[in-house]
Amino acid sequence: MALKASALKIGDNHSECVVENLSRTQIVQYAGVSGDYNPLHSDEVYTTQIAGYPSVFAHGMLTMGLTSKMLTNYVGDGRLTKFGVRFTNQVWPGDTLQSTATVEAIREEGGQHYVDLKLTTVNQDGKEVVSGSATARVDA
Amino acid sequence: MAKITFPVEATHIMMFARAIGDTNPVYHDAEAAKKTEAGGIIAPPSFAQAVAQFDPDYHLRPRPGQKWFGSGKTPSGVEGKPASSGGLHAEQHYEYVRPLRAGDVLTCETTPGKTWERESKRAGKLTFRERVTEYRDQKGELVMIARGVGVTTERPVDQG
Repeated sequence: MALKASALKIGDNHSECVVENLSRTQIVQYAGVSGDYNPLHSDEVYTTQIAGYPSVFAHGMLTMGLTSKMLTNYVGDGRLTKFGVRFTNQVWPGDTLQSTATVEAIREEGGQHYVDLKLTTVNQDGKEVVSGSATARVDA
Repeated sequence: MAKITFPVEATHIMMFARAIGDTNPVYHDAEAAKKTEAGGIIAPPSFAQAVAQFDPDYHLRPRPGQKWFGSGKTPSGVEGKPASSGGLHAEQHYEYVRPLRAGDVLTCETTPGKTWERESKRAGKLTFRERVTEYRDQKGELVMIARGVGVTTERPVDQG
């Protein structure tokens, strides 16, 4: 279900809870599938005693993946032309994340319509963990 | 940097979608995916991160016969490791020509980009390093460009 340029307005938004009470096991799932086995994400002993963090924490790319779920639910499958994020704060086991896309522009280029979106993902304390932007092809 | 061959496989996509908690059938159900606009199983937008599985020299994967810096009998398997966080991921950007599809065999070539430094109150001196990776398909056509920025911190990031 693609978005329609004619039905979009600047400031429209879509928001989803993309994870509730993030588990260490989900972080391990992401480590296994992505191939990033950095002990910071799964090895509490190393992370607290050597690296100096209060606990293991999520891969930034897991948070990007969680954010992408909200994004593709909004714009549809295979519609993205750009997707970029900055990781602004770490994500910890137990966190609950809310991701939001807000329409910044609706435009036409060579007969194709696009929507430009501003992205943000915040934790249960309202602290931003990801800020970003995306562009997707939309129908007329 | 050497080119990496990245076979995009349906099972890998299914597992990746599970890890991000995405139950969209376009990532795991071939029959359902055929009936969608995508026309078959495609990969989630950040799936290309899993190219690490196909990098023979990837430094964040333990290898047989080599010391691993995570814990075993002791908190780190490598002596003299500084009490710092090492590298963290600062930014990730993708530009897509088309989605990655199950069955694609991609060739990935990474080139180093810019390097810059910044002082931070929360983690001391930050050193940023950019890497740009081009993904081309079995026909040699550009499918996607990824730009990642890694950061090395002087000390662990203060949580205050």
